[in-house]
Parts: sequence; C-alpha cells; structure tokens
Amino acid sequence: MSPSIPPGSSASLGAGLDFDHVTVDDVSRHFGRRRAVAHVSFVAARGSIIGLLGPNGAGKSTLLAMLATLLRPSGGSIRYGTMQATGAPPALRGRIGVLGHDLFLYPELTARENLGFFAGLYGRRDADAAARAALTRAGLADRGDDLVASFSRGMRQRVALERALIHEPRLVLLDEPFTGLDEASTAALVARLRGLRESGAAIVLATHDLDVADGLLDEAIFLRDGRMVESLSRPEGLRTAYRRAMTGPIRS
Amino acid sequence: MIRVAWLILRKDLTVEVRSKEIVYTTLFFAVSCVLVFAFALVREGRGPEDGAAGILWIAVMFAGNLALGRTFERERQSETLRALLLAPASRPAVYVGKLLGILVLLFGAELLLIPLVALLFQARLLAHPFWLVAIMATGTVGFAAVGTLFAAMLVRARSRDVLLPVLLYPITVPVIIAGVRGTATLLQPELDGGIIRFWLALLVTFDVVFVTLALWTFEAVMTD
Repeated sequence: MSPSIPPGSSASLGAGLDFDHVTVDDVSRHFGRRRAVAHVSFVAARGSIIGLLGPNGAGKSTLLAMLATLLRPSGGSIRYGTMQATGAPPALRGRIGVLGHDLFLYPELTARENLGFFAGLYGRRDADAAARAALTRAGLADRGDDLVASFSRGMRQRVALERALIHEPRLVLLDEPFTGLDEASTAALVARLRGLRESGAAIVLATHDLDVADGLLDEAIFLRDGRMVESLSRPEGLRTAYRRAMTGPIRS
Repeated sequence: MIRVAWLILRKDLTVEVRSKEIVYTTLFFAVSCVLVFAFALVREGRGPEDGAAGILWIAVMFAGNLALGRTFERERQSETLRALLLAPASRPAVYVGKLLGILVLLFGAELLLIPLVALLFQARLLAHPFWLVAIMATGTVGFAAVGTLFAAMLVRARSRDVLLPVLLYPITVPVIIAGVRGTATLLQPELDGGIIRFWLALLVTFDVVFVTLALWTFEAVMTD
C-alpha cells in the first residue's frame, strides 16, 4: 500500500495548493461547431475512484484534458477545492498527475533518467532519490538503467504510472490505463490504484475495460455523445448498466 | 525558470547524443547545400564576391528548419510535449529550454560550416573571429527564437513540414538579410567598424523583439 498523503506533505511544486475535492460543474467543450462535452457535472472527492465510461468519441479524453488544465471549458467551471481552474497558477499542475493513453516517456532515455527528469520538472529537490523509489515501486529497480525503448508495453506502463505519481499528486487522471496490459500487469495496476485511493488521492479514470472497472470504481459516469447519461455510486454489474446507459434516453 | 530550462536542455542533449538523428541529418543537409553551391559558383578557386556570406546563411537556415522540425516531431511522437505542458513549470521556461537546445545544435553546425565555406569559397570569414561570432550568434538567436515558437505552434498541424518554412522564412527575412550583410562586411579587405556595428545592433534589436514576443505568446499558443 502507498503511504498516506497528508495535505501539504509533498516536496514538489504546488504543495501549498492542496484541495480535497474537484468539482466539475456543468462543463461543456466545443471544438468549432463540434460539441465534445456537454453539461457534465460531478465531484471527485479525495479517496475515491471515478470512472468515465463510454464509447470512442464520448468525450472522456476531452474531459480529462480539461481536468488536467490542458483545455479550457467552453462553458461551466472546474474547481480544485475552492480554486477556479481558469486563472489558477502553474503550480496547480503540480498537484495533478496524468497518465495518458500515450505514456509521455522518452524512449531514448533510461527509466531512471525519465523519472529523474520529471521529478526535477515537478520541483522535487530529491529527484534522484524520488526516481530510485519510483523504480522500486514499479518493480523495475534492476532495469532502471535500461532504455525505455527496450521495455515491454507493461513495463513502460508501470514506469509511466510512476512518472505520473512522482510528485505525489492530489488528483490522478488516467486515460485508458489498462489498454495493452496482460492479466498480471492489470492486477498490479488495480492494486496500485486501490493503494492510491487509500492514501487519499482523488482518481478519475477513463476506460473501456468494464470487467476491470467492475468493483474498482466508487462512482461510474456514463458518457454518450459528450453528454452524461447516467451516474452510479458503488456500481456493480457495470456491463448491464453500460448497455442500459448506451441505449436508453439521455437524461437532461 | 533557469532550472526548468536547464533540465529541458540537458534532456534534449542527452536524447540527441543517444540518437544522433538531428546532428547527422542537419549536417548532411547543410554540407550538401554548401557543396552544391561551391560546384556551381566557384571558378578557378574563387567564388563570387560576398557569395560566401549568403551561402553560409542559406545553409544555416535550411539546417535550422530541419532541426526545428525534427526536435518537435520527436516530442510529438511520444506525446512528451504534453507532459512538458502538464508540469507546474511556467510555459516560457519550456520555450527557453527548447530554444537553447536548438541553439546548441545550430552553433554546432556553424562550427563545421564556417571553415567549410571559408575553404571552398576562399573567403576571409575567419579574419575577424570576434565580429564573426557576434554576427553568427545574434543572427542564429533571432532565427531560432521565431522558429522555436512556430515549430511548437505547428506541432499538431497535419502539414507542419510545409507550413514551418512557409511561415518562418518570410518573418525571419530581416534577420537573414542583416546576418548576410554583416557577414559580407567581414569579407571586405578593409573592415568598416561603423557598418559592422550597425548590422550587429540591428540583429540585437531583432533578437530582443523576437525573444520577447515569443516568451509573451508561448503560453497562449500552447494552451488549447
């Protein structure tokens, strides 16, 4: 299990900008005339895992990009605690960890160099020690000096997850984290996410993998054509709920 | 800002030392360019008067365009540019880090190109090393400052390879003209200090304007 993250404990940039929940309030996003996300609302509290579920093009990645501050909402607001995303200082990004579908790793660098670089970028003064600890957590302590290009998809995913968490973020955003993983790697990732939840992080993940998400999520949000069609707390039997949400009427 | 810029510079150089991709492609291209001009223009060991200055800057421009495109293509392929933008560092610091990486590559290319052009065109490029370094450095900074901004801006554009030179060359023409004229002044038998200082002052002015504008706009350009 991961160590608990008390507010303000991180040595990284943004440690003074702690929040215990993130509020997505009636958020919409358009790209020109195309609507990617429309009127989505939910709260991601610390110590919870929220799942964004829906087919391709449902708006999951756009929503994650807005939560990561990479995109501005066209309407509505996102608040980190009481702080509005719009106009927030760059240090806020130091409280957010993102694992994208692309892994954000330099294949020409070793795992240790990748982790050390990002630890430094997030303001960790102990970048080398942080990289060493992250490699141990990833189970790759003996492969730290190998180029990431030589790693399997599962190993890269483990390094990428530790990269996303190296600054001890309060909000963790994961886009399709189970894609391409074998059973053992998936189980390890699920265990890591449960540990993060227990340590007090708020986790928002977008996934197609309903079998893995079943039993893991504290709240499931079903998206269709950018709209939130249903949300379930402590969902069980996700596959049935998903089928119902994708075929039923869109709730206003 | 300095810490983040240094981290990005060090990372870019480490990646380049491992892959050598940009060094090999830019040097091959720039040297080929100089050789073609030498075959076409040099007669009985002499090139056209002031021709060496223009050919040197053409080679730097082409090499720069290639280096800029490849540097950001690398960040796009692994989506690591997104990771840089997600960091709590200020966006101008990311810009400065990328700019410094491009400058190191271009200065490296110029170290090879200057003696090559001097040799092939029998030009007195190395007669005034201080002024030559000043002109080349300020001209390269002005060109790379705009190029780094545009290359970052175009990283997601489908026709980025075509758009980069189309946008970059017209805007950097004043820098290139000042660089060529300043370098040509150094080739004269008698060095005119007033003229060389004029071109240098113009290049410094371009550098200040371009770097300030790029730092000012980079945040907006990279958001959304």
